[in-house]
Amino acid sequence: MGTTLVASFLASLVECVEALTVVLAVGSVRGWRSTLGGAAAALGVLAGIVAVLGPMLTRIPLHGLTRIPFHMVQLVVGAMILLFGMRWLRKAILRSAGLIPLHDEVAAFAKRAAAIREVEASVAQLPRNAHSWDKIAFGAAFNVTMIEGTEVVFIVIAFGAGGAGLLLPASLGAVAALLVVAGLGFALHRPLARVPENTLKFLAGVVMCAFGTFWAGEGAGVAWPDGDLAIVWLIAAYLGVALALVPLCRANANAVLVED
Amino acid sequence: MRWIQSIARRIFGLFVDDGSFAVAILVWLGLAMAGVPRTAVGAQWAGAALFAGLAVILIENVLRFARRRMK
Repeated sequence: MGTTLVASFLASLVECVEALTVVLAVGSVRGWRSTLGGAAAALGVLAGIVAVLGPMLTRIPLHGLTRIPFHMVQLVVGAMILLFGMRWLRKAILRSAGLIPLHDEVAAFAKRAAAIREVEASVAQLPRNAHSWDKIAFGAAFNVTMIEGTEVVFIVIAFGAGGAGLLLPASLGAVAALLVVAGLGFALHRPLARVPENTLKFLAGVVMCAFGTFWAGEGAGVAWPDGDLAIVWLIAAYLGVALALVPLCRANANAVLVED
Repeated sequence: MRWIQSIARRIFGLFVDDGSFAVAILVWLGLAMAGVPRTAVGAQWAGAALFAGLAVILIENVLRFARRRMK
């Protein structure tokens, strides 16, 4: 349960930081009322989706409302988490090895703010009522919160669907990430450039790979030695492979450069 | 409607970045699903084999990317 909460928190934190950067960029250019209104509206829609999908998912394995066998649910959920986690881990390894650039929140903030200013310039001639909602700010904030939030909802559902009683810690992890990022954003009023996003993606990727392998394995009929404790061994194994791959990647890339 | 399309694209992108990488993972899981019930090897070896296959897929993909990137 603790591992689910931490994994959900780490994975959600990355998405929340990305959403915050755009919301801050929009708010600083267009004003805060409509921007925060758009973000809040998207959070409301997402909360509704979780409220509908969450209980449905918990009923599948527990009460047998459908004819889907539980091992198939585990296999599908495990495969999805594995695809998600492997993608993150692959990217984090390549970033750590310097083969693809690190995600820069300050640059992303500047880019978004410039894009909003461009839109602002193109609609500057239109009359704007100070008391009405700013459609551009509302729409931009709603859009990004909806997109990043949907990813968080998926993370919660994926971690929560793996077993009975896991939806609550997965949800708490995501809510904690949202509160931490929103609190920091409110206090600092600038993008969270110091959040070690790649390290978070690296760790979250490792944990998701371990969870995905465990659940997919259970679904395929693997009887893990030590039961749930096998997740800890899988985390250690994936971490070892990933850490070893970073210098190996650099060496491989350098070898190609020398050959050429 | 554009944001729905955008979300759908992002959701797909959550799972698939490099197509061959995603396919290799799914194929390995499919083989595990088909093979594990039929094999007589110890349960712990089935789990170890599942992990080893996935680790090899990750290693191969990342090293291939590194080589391709520097060419």
